[in-house]
Amino acid sequence: MAISQHRLVFKHIDAPGYTRDIACYQKHGGYEMLKKGLAMGPAGIRDEVKKSQLRGRGGAGFPTGTKWSFIDPAKVTKPIYLICNADESEPGTFKDRQIIYKDPHQLIEGMILSCFANGVKLAYLYIRCEFTEGWKILETALAEAKAAGFLGKNILKSGYDLEIYVHRGAGAYICGEETGLIESLEGKRAYPRIKPPYFPAVLGLYMCPTIVNNVETLCNVKHIVEMGGDAYAKIGRPNNTGTRLLCVSGDVVRPGYYEFPCGALTLGQLIYDVCGGIRNGRKLKAVIPGGSSAKVLRAGETYKMKAKDIHGNIVDRDVRLEDLPMDFDSLAAAGSMAGSGGVIVMDDTRDMVECLANISTFYAHESCGQCTPCREGVLWLKKILARIADGHGKDEDPTLLKDVADRIAGRTICAFGEAASWPVQSFLGKFKEEFQLRIRRNGTAAKTDTVSLTH
Amino acid sequence: MNPWNHDVAKDEKDLVDVQVDGVWMQMPRGLNVVEVAHRAQKFIPHYCYHPKLSVVGNCRMCLFEMGTPKMGPDRKPVLGADGKPEIAWMPRPQIGCATNITPGMGIRTDSALVKDCRNGVMEFLLINHPLDCPICDQAGECKLQEYSVEYGTGASRFVENKVKKPKNVDLGERIVLDDERCILCSRCIRFSSEVMKDDVLGFVNRGSHSTLTAYPGKSFDNAYSLNTADICPVGALTSKDFRFQMRVWFLKETKSLCTSCGTGCNVTIGSREGKVHRLTPRENEAVNSQWMCDFGRLNFHYLESKDRLHRPLLRAAGEQFPGTWADAIQRSVDGLKKVKPEEIAVVASGRLTLEELFVLKRLLAELGVNRVDTVPNPGQADNFLRSGDGNPNSRGTELLGLSSGGRKLGSWGTEIESGKIKALFVLGGEDLATSGLPASTLAKLDLLIVSGIVANETTRLAHVVLPGVAFAEKTGSMVNVHGRLQRMTRAVAAPGESRDEWTILRDLRMALTGGNSFHSVEDIWKSMAAEVSQLSGLNWARIGDLGIQIELVAESAGVKAG
Repeated sequence: MAISQHRLVFKHIDAPGYTRDIACYQKHGGYEMLKKGLAMGPAGIRDEVKKSQLRGRGGAGFPTGTKWSFIDPAKVTKPIYLICNADESEPGTFKDRQIIYKDPHQLIEGMILSCFANGVKLAYLYIRCEFTEGWKILETALAEAKAAGFLGKNILKSGYDLEIYVHRGAGAYICGEETGLIESLEGKRAYPRIKPPYFPAVLGLYMCPTIVNNVETLCNVKHIVEMGGDAYAKIGRPNNTGTRLLCVSGDVVRPGYYEFPCGALTLGQLIYDVCGGIRNGRKLKAVIPGGSSAKVLRAGETYKMKAKDIHGNIVDRDVRLEDLPMDFDSLAAAGSMAGSGGVIVMDDTRDMVECLANISTFYAHESCGQCTPCREGVLWLKKILARIADGHGKDEDPTLLKDVADRIAGRTICAFGEAASWPVQSFLGKFKEEFQLRIRRNGTAAKTDTVSLTH
Repeated sequence: MNPWNHDVAKDEKDLVDVQVDGVWMQMPRGLNVVEVAHRAQKFIPHYCYHPKLSVVGNCRMCLFEMGTPKMGPDRKPVLGADGKPEIAWMPRPQIGCATNITPGMGIRTDSALVKDCRNGVMEFLLINHPLDCPICDQAGECKLQEYSVEYGTGASRFVENKVKKPKNVDLGERIVLDDERCILCSRCIRFSSEVMKDDVLGFVNRGSHSTLTAYPGKSFDNAYSLNTADICPVGALTSKDFRFQMRVWFLKETKSLCTSCGTGCNVTIGSREGKVHRLTPRENEAVNSQWMCDFGRLNFHYLESKDRLHRPLLRAAGEQFPGTWADAIQRSVDGLKKVKPEEIAVVASGRLTLEELFVLKRLLAELGVNRVDTVPNPGQADNFLRSGDGNPNSRGTELLGLSSGGRKLGSWGTEIESGKIKALFVLGGEDLATSGLPASTLAKLDLLIVSGIVANETTRLAHVVLPGVAFAEKTGSMVNVHGRLQRMTRAVAAPGESRDEWTILRDLRMALTGGNSFHSVEDIWKSMAAEVSQLSGLNWARIGDLGIQIELVAESAGVKAG
């Protein structure tokens, strides 16, 4: 492997002999950062996190230090809550799961540090119900941490009290949306809240200021405390600092989870060098770079991007798909997103109609049904796509699909509208001829027939 | 009464500059954009938003384009050629219901983007809708229909199978639900939980399969459940009483009052061809906001009772026979002339209008009759709208000094028995059997005149029955328990030969005392305003559709001497 991983969060994941109990964690330096953090004080930790330029790892990539700065513990009179979002649900994403199952104390330490930094006395760990074992592992780990004095009253005699409770979801993608998660945690249907006015930092859990951070984000806090914000910011690229956990699935030789400095490797390196290339000697057809809601990228595409030339001037540069750096800004500039880090690779045997129909089926099933465009539109998208895939497409369907998707995105209560529309918009935009061909061949082509249109 | 009043500004004088569709104007700070647009004579369509319920923002019909003042490098607003701030428009539309105005905000209610948003929501709402307008009771007052015309497209692009959901769901005693028509706006859920504190409705299932239902084992039948049929923007919730009875566009709408208790909820009577089909609450923030109780709403079927009195009845040889009005008045007058004024007792009624009571008061004053009282009619107070006073105009009887709250009435039984009272005139259809005057006592009277609407034990004993009219059939005013003077207007004609009580009383008065006659309710008002200090300066027109607060008075007080 030409490019080696930079394992920070995944340092001990799958390491021979490493177990998830607290003794092993402490043998590897576990909870030392808690001691350091308690000595730094809340403001100290917040400063380092701000300096680190850490961006949220859940999907939106919002700067964590900024998110924390919305709440000033000195001024808030209500309780402040912190919630760890462990509802990892985005198709193609399986990074948080590794942490929870194999190194739960790292998450707990990161969480305690984050809570301490923000004056949180009560925190929740919201885990998707499908992680049954993960839930038990976390309960065990929390009990261990409490027994060791890292949780509960007067943590390490610092005078700081913290309780963390695990709360299990009941099997809904929308519970990963932070305000939907909060509603669910309150015991209600996970209907995302309207923003304004219900920004979690102001009116979050039980209408109190609330911070919702992803598992990976919270783990990174521990490493920021360890190395300092400035040192952390040197990993990766400016504005895309630290490492990124990448989950590669699909038609590659070595799918799996990897950790690299943000933007340190390109999509091409990830697919061909790290993951051993496309399976069975086939060719790359398309990549979804950040979980199933991210816009698809088509093999052979080039993207206009701003870059500095040798004189330091900002110029437009054509960047090939394979040369796209795997970071937030580059993938956004390519019209997609780094999202949750779930990279889905499709080879030239993949039928884009079937792929999109599959994705849309998922979103139609997961739409919470609260607001009109998403509730009605996403199921409509699914039905049209299923019909096309079934060989009953109509000439006007591609236009209709795009139109419906365009009328969902940007008009819904939460980002689910975009999550469900972006795949449709991008698949149709980039593989329109494949949809048209399928419609033209209605009834004559077998369902599994693949249209080869790759470059 | 309401947990929210989004249509009421905190301070009407605290104004901020906003631009609505290119025009700068001043609007009260903190109002939401739907209300601001409304005040600016623009309209932002909406389904889920209701000014009296919490804001959920789920229908997405009120999406509008929003802008904020463009900031220059000096962090000050950039001013345009007109001296007003230039506006930086946001690319994403915002919902008007959840957006409160801020200084310098730009609002576009009619741009291409806004139109496309509305058109999109209309299309989405209709793809799984059964489109059964021809058999739907909401047709004619359905927001889906109205907005479809205004903002929708004539044809549908939807060719898939529709989502199937439960139909004809028995939600409670008075409400039927059609889940396929439901647009999941949650107004009914919010009304029930927020206004009624009766948390029994909710959604089950997910996405397009979301379904409104009552909680398992619960029934939606609180005392105000029918208000949800009013606020349901579509035909999902319908009233069992009204459904399939009448197309709403045939209904004549008449502004009136509910007379089922002392609150006097403002109502609209929906009638057609002389038949009342429904009562719906008419908004009056000083009385009932936008609500009314189910009991009052449904308490109009007695208008068509089989026992309705619609001809004067005269007793002869122990039986009642129909007679003419002339005979009935003459018989009453003859009977009353035979006894001394101090031998006459009058049961006035808190069900009569102020005008009727005033004519009665005149008559009694001229006759020198002092023995007058009303029958107390305890209601079931419920801490919301229903009053503990079952009479709609008790305050009116007190205002005119015609009531002692039933205290006098208590001694009348013995006075009848002893012959001190020889004639009794009962108004408002009061049933005395339940008021301590049993039939055996009433049988001792020389003369029993009863004016009423529906036959009861007392009318059956009467020597003369004078058929009066019910609330929907008369015009007049009443004073509610809180001292609000309000008007009711005739919606339908009275059945048969029954007549407004004030005309009956006028005719009696003319025959008995030759007193000047009144020709209209307005006439009565002229005299009444001159005589009753609390009503001075008022006239019929000035009461207005929403009524007017008058000074609450202790009973028997307030009438000018003479």
